[in-house]
Amino acid sequence: MLAVLLLPAMWPQSAERLTVGQPQKVAGKRTDVVHTKIPVSILDGYHVNSNTPSDEYLIPLKVTWTSLGALEGGQVSYPKAEKITVGDQSLSVFTGKFDLAVDFKVSAKAPAGPGVATGKLGFQACNDKMCFPPKSIEINVPYQVQ
Amino acid sequence: MSILRVSGAIATALLLGCFLEGCSNRPSTVKAASVKDDKDRHAAPDFALKDADGKTVHLSDYKGRVVLLDFWATWCGPCRIEIPWFTDMERKKKDQGFEVLGVSMDDNGWEDVKPFLAEMKVNYRVVIGDDPTTQAYGGVDSLPTTFLIDKQGKIAAIHIGLAGRKEFEDGVDELLQEGSSPVNAGGASPAGNVAAKR
Repeated sequence: MLAVLLLPAMWPQSAERLTVGQPQKVAGKRTDVVHTKIPVSILDGYHVNSNTPSDEYLIPLKVTWTSLGALEGGQVSYPKAEKITVGDQSLSVFTGKFDLAVDFKVSAKAPAGPGVATGKLGFQACNDKMCFPPKSIEINVPYQVQ
Repeated sequence: MSILRVSGAIATALLLGCFLEGCSNRPSTVKAASVKDDKDRHAAPDFALKDADGKTVHLSDYKGRVVLLDFWATWCGPCRIEIPWFTDMERKKKDQGFEVLGVSMDDNGWEDVKPFLAEMKVNYRVVIGDDPTTQAYGGVDSLPTTFLIDKQGKIAAIHIGLAGRKEFEDGVDELLQEGSSPVNAGGASPAGNVAAKR
């Protein structure tokens, strides 16, 4: 029992390794194509798999929309991935700070007024010694239909 | 003449060495830096987890053997570096009373794990982990996390993150040298012939 109580104190403290900034608010008339950027920041010394990992078992960084509201589409453009080597593995990753560019189209039947499109950014972070369980962070994109 | 004197001195030294240390073929004593003294070890929490055949595996089944308990996942790159080492260690040391037991932390379970094990030619038993087990082992916040468990079922070493192959090998060798002969050495192990089952 003592071992169970002592073990947690021996672990490194968990910290957020990826943070998502507030996306820019989008505004447009019905049928307009609108754009936003989702700022992402990864803690120094860590990486996340890119949207196209080098191996089928690796978990990609991926935006999944759960509710678009008066918007449609939500096509995400991911930045160019970096290639790094860990052990004898060549990995396709993102590090540091970058933006995810998103294109929406305002629905032809959208009512005028404000709203929020919601989604999740899924990712899985590692450093060169260890990996951390997959996580997802909620994304909220505020919009205004004019 | 001087050559004869030197040869005689060497022979005397070897005989004296045999007298003091013994002349058997047993390996020299290994002392791994990561292995704790017996007084500092605590019992490894027992668990009941399913293997690929659906058979329940208890850690307590392995008492009397040295166990390398590896928490890992298919999506963990550093884990993938260690797995071939563990496969090799299982092959070389199984008959000496050693077993590797992998605990996969994949959310999708065997759907992801089975093809991965086949691809990596893993020859040791793997079970799917659960929250109670990881909590019992301190949360296992990062992978790989590897425990070396001695013949008495106590945690002798913990490696969080990718460790060196030699660290594992030295630790296992030290634990194999401890105490009496392993209960199951050379005989049936809890894992049986895992490779043959796959």
